[in-house]
Amino acid sequence: MASGMANIVQFENVGLRYGTGTETLSDLSFTLTSGSFYFLTGASGAGKTSLLRLLYLAQRPSRGVVRLFGEDAGVLPRARLPGFRRRIGVVFQDFRLLPHLSAYDNIALPLRVAGIPESDIEAPVREMLAWVGLTDRGKAKPPTLSGGEQQRIAIARAVIGRPEILVADEPTGNVDPDMAERLLHLFDSLNRLGTTVVVATHDFHLLNRIPNARMMRLEKGRLHDPTGALRHPPASPA
Amino acid sequence: MKLSLNPNAPDRRLLDEGRRTRAMTWIMSVMLFLTVLSGGLGLGMLAATAQLDRQLSGRLTVQIVEPDAAVRDRQARELVAALRSTAGVVRAAEVDRARLAELLKPWLGDTGLDPDLPMPAMIDVDVRGDAAVRATEEAARRIAPSARVDRHAQWLSPVRSFMATLTWLAGGLVLLMASATAAVVLLAARAGLDTHRDTIEVLHMLGSTDLQVARLFQRRIAIDTLLGGAIGAALALGLIWLLQSRFDALGSELMSGVALQQRDWFLLLLLPLSFALLATFAARVAVLRALAKTL
Repeated sequence: MASGMANIVQFENVGLRYGTGTETLSDLSFTLTSGSFYFLTGASGAGKTSLLRLLYLAQRPSRGVVRLFGEDAGVLPRARLPGFRRRIGVVFQDFRLLPHLSAYDNIALPLRVAGIPESDIEAPVREMLAWVGLTDRGKAKPPTLSGGEQQRIAIARAVIGRPEILVADEPTGNVDPDMAERLLHLFDSLNRLGTTVVVATHDFHLLNRIPNARMMRLEKGRLHDPTGALRHPPASPA
Repeated sequence: MKLSLNPNAPDRRLLDEGRRTRAMTWIMSVMLFLTVLSGGLGLGMLAATAQLDRQLSGRLTVQIVEPDAAVRDRQARELVAALRSTAGVVRAAEVDRARLAELLKPWLGDTGLDPDLPMPAMIDVDVRGDAAVRATEEAARRIAPSARVDRHAQWLSPVRSFMATLTWLAGGLVLLMASATAAVVLLAARAGLDTHRDTIEVLHMLGSTDLQVARLFQRRIAIDTLLGGAIGAALALGLIWLLQSRFDALGSELMSGVALQQRDWFLLLLLPLSFALLATFAARVAVLRALAKTL
């Protein structure tokens, strides 16, 4: 990775607690640089999804500081959240496609939310459908699509707005190995276009598919690397 | 997100229409039916009260109660002459004795109209303004000390008061219905938010503003209110028209005042539109308040 890249995300002693329970995430300090590719690994329940929720602003930290695009996300007023969210693409673990909308309309959603005129929407949506190999499935509703097809529609929806960060939660969890590799290839090509990609997965076979990817390993809510084999992103300077 | 009234517009499909109920349309239909009826009653009563005021406020009857018929007739003639030259008196005329006898016939019968019967002389007076009323009373006291001046408005004041009460009651009902409509919309908006929670969460995560989400709901509720309101208002206006034609058939001078004018019909037609605006505003407030509690 080139040195001198801007820090797009910074976590400083971040903790997350749901309600009055114990901390789901504890003492997380790391920095993500712009244009990099990160894998977030860890067993189920390690806190990967919670960390991603902090990244895509679905959650505020209970303590510590989360900086996104140079601003403290913990104190961002609600009115500014939509603007930040439009800079982040999210592939949800359960896809979260709107079942009553066609694949085409699901992919077009971020552009419509951003107020892009209808006349400027069709071309990029068609391009995305082609990119994920579903050109002929534009009119299909999500319930009629296979898991892999839904996954690809979810990815297309996440990237159509050309986000600065792409966050994907177990994006290969519902697809066969070939499709998993294909999806990773999509993420890689997006990363080459400059998007910072964070992929949460517990599939260790995927990790070496992206040679330049950095890795973060979560264990019981803490960043952990017991073997030293995995590459941590550098901790934020104090 | 551009908002369009075209039913096939992409933004119209964002909320799942399949999970929509028609209950709101029918509730609004009933609400507007009752509201327009109440409004019609209020406007009718207002018109009738105004007509009553116009007809009675300037109308007086002077009774000259004098046992001596010659003195009574002289006083009546002098008073009519004096009143006709009084400023503000539009008309002063003695009630024809034959007409008076006709009026008394139901009580006294044909044989009761004895020329010796000391019937009072009655003078109908139409005046303009309170000063003319006072001038009439002074003239009556001066010319016929035994005369009594009756203001028609005074003896019909219980009727007027009752009509005014009905007008206020109708106005109150319209306000009550408006409040109930707002409450129903608040509940419907909250229920809608609950039904479409997943969609809203996705829209938020994709960068939708609260206002964009609120617009989806307020447009849907506005359309339901307009549709239901149009049905309810049409039925109510039809019923009012039917009642009005029945009043006209009665031929009653008092009931004819209840007739709605063009302006009144226009005001009633504005009710569904006003309620749609109210519902839109209530939905917007409800959705924005609910969303403000989320991240």
